[in-house]
Amino acid sequence: MRSYVVSRLLGLIPTLAIISVIIFAVIQLPEGDVVSSTLDRLAAQGIAPTEEYVQNLRAQYNLDKPMLQQYALWAYNFLTGDMGYSYVFERPVNDLVWERLGFTLSITVSALLFTWIVALPIGIYSAVRQYSIGDYVMTTIALVGLATPPFLLALIFMHLGFEWFGVSTGGLFSPEFEDAAWSWARVVDMLAHLWLPMVIVGLGSAAFTMRILRANLLDELNKPYVVTARAKGVGPVKLVLKYPVRIAINPFISNIGLMLPALVSGEALVSLVMGLPTIGPLLLQSLLNQDMFLAGSLLMWLAILTVVGILLSDLLLAWVDPRIRFE
Amino acid sequence: MSEAAIDPVVAAAAGLGEDVVAISPRRLMWLRFRRHRLALVSGAFLIALYTLAAFCEFISPYGTVTRNDEAINAPPMSVHFFDAEGDFHLRPFVYAYHMEVDPETWIRIYTEDTDRKFPIRFFARGERYKMWSLFEIDRHLFTVDEDAYIHLFGTDPLGRDMFSRVFYGARVSLSIGLVGVVLTIVLGILLGGVAGYLGGLVDRAVNKVIEVLQCLPSLPLWMALSATLPVHWSPLLVYFGITIILSLFGWTSLARQVRGRFLALREEDFVMAARLMGANTPRVIHKHMLPSFSSHIIATATLAVPGMILGETALSFLGIGLRPPVVSWGVLMFQAQNPLVIELTPWQMLPGLFVVLTVMAFNLLGDGLRDAADPYSTAATQ
Repeated sequence: MRSYVVSRLLGLIPTLAIISVIIFAVIQLPEGDVVSSTLDRLAAQGIAPTEEYVQNLRAQYNLDKPMLQQYALWAYNFLTGDMGYSYVFERPVNDLVWERLGFTLSITVSALLFTWIVALPIGIYSAVRQYSIGDYVMTTIALVGLATPPFLLALIFMHLGFEWFGVSTGGLFSPEFEDAAWSWARVVDMLAHLWLPMVIVGLGSAAFTMRILRANLLDELNKPYVVTARAKGVGPVKLVLKYPVRIAINPFISNIGLMLPALVSGEALVSLVMGLPTIGPLLLQSLLNQDMFLAGSLLMWLAILTVVGILLSDLLLAWVDPRIRFE
Repeated sequence: MSEAAIDPVVAAAAGLGEDVVAISPRRLMWLRFRRHRLALVSGAFLIALYTLAAFCEFISPYGTVTRNDEAINAPPMSVHFFDAEGDFHLRPFVYAYHMEVDPETWIRIYTEDTDRKFPIRFFARGERYKMWSLFEIDRHLFTVDEDAYIHLFGTDPLGRDMFSRVFYGARVSLSIGLVGVVLTIVLGILLGGVAGYLGGLVDRAVNKVIEVLQCLPSLPLWMALSATLPVHWSPLLVYFGITIILSLFGWTSLARQVRGRFLALREEDFVMAARLMGANTPRVIHKHMLPSFSSHIIATATLAVPGMILGETALSFLGIGLRPPVVSWGVLMFQAQNPLVIELTPWQMLPGLFVVLTVMAFNLLGDGLRDAADPYSTAATQ
């Protein structure tokens, strides 16, 4: 087990290195850069900057250096915890990222938990009662859930929330807690707002997981050992839960790798529609304003979040399933 | 794939009897596919939708920018056969809008004006348009007289016909899915095939790239990439730019499958035989290996289309994908960003309904194709 953990941890380094190169390339792509868009803004205000000011600005963002050196500096600064300065928000990128990363993480993780809590009982029910009315209803809901874009779901749920409860469901806090310091009441308020984005983000992956669990469990239930157990008079609940479910449940862990990127994407989209203070809206703002330092850091953090999450799920799977760690 | 005819002598030797029927693999697949009712229905639905999208100029009574000042944010009209007096008319008709403004909220409220009937004329002359930008025609599938109007899906805040815009949008959204998937297939087969066939260092490199791309959240990267498309690009260039961006991250699962198949097939006797007979690498791949799993590629490609369509919709919805004057389902949804829209003008969410139906149909069709393509699957026989 230890050698497996070490090898996986070492494998993380080249992965993150490749990702950082991809992201650096992406943020270098647009025409123009921080300096040219700053100059455009100044020109719009009627200010003509001096040649010296332009030079200073270029030096500040390392734009006067060759590309390779720019990348090295960017990567080095990121590793040492200095992500630069956002000229759009006029604040250090560190502050902007840290105050939002926690919300992104909590929505994504809770959506993952929601996925499991919903998919497990429904998947088992649908498999055991195959072709029953309940199975048809659940399978249909899963099909629709898989096909509905998260932003559409967010719009519909926000409308329903307004219609049924008469409350505005956007944001993560009630107005009175928006800028308040952290307190017990604020946490409770956040949890009261968190469930809606959690359901919306998690619905697609819950449908996906439920379908896989149903298919796996159906395969398992037809195996001879189940027939034997039934012939020996094992009760119906124990018959299903004792072995078939435990085998069919493996994708719950192994599919985190597939689901996590989708959950992070969905979270970004839903946050944009619902106005949640997470990474997604900040990323869109930074991209529209060509604030590429900020955009690069945000993309990098989202990638790190996903990669580490997948690593954790792989380790968990190795712990649960001995076949993997002895491979 | 050739006819897998069974030699009568062989059949007799194997004791299969006289009544053995030879079925080609393709026919076998069709027989298995036909058992999936939902997949069949989905396939028919998609064919119908793509046909409508291909002929959207003819189907739609109006163009995408034609405005009707009498109907701003007007609800969908219903088609009648019986008029207010209960008399039957063979030619269906719609009633004109009767508009009132709520004195408190200033919201326009539309009701049916039963005094003004607009009979629907089929294959009649209406607005002039250029079919496929080639020939100029003025015939429409259905339209109304010159001084009348018809809005089966209602209108948007500028008084433009939603029915026409939904079908013009279908052309863009649906074709992005197909074009993107073709690019995905090319990339996937090329990279997966090279990795699986050559093995070694190339295989490791391609595998690493696949692994990295698969664990990246796609939407944020799509957002970053489409934000880099220059603002001054023409709509056509933006269209292809978005398509390429969507397929840049979509090829990985297909490549992984192709690679796995290649690794397995490489060891097969028929590949060895072909190589011994002097066939070069491209010929072995093209003639002998690809046909044996082309059906899998089709199934996987079908399952990849929804991701493309959803991606385009999400990007355009955020305002960084396709932009007006191009009409796509995502662009149409861009107008419906506010939950108030559902409250006041729910018919503007219709493009969303089309997205859901299309994605669902592709998912079901793909499932059916995958089960049919796999000769060892049990799901098809259950």
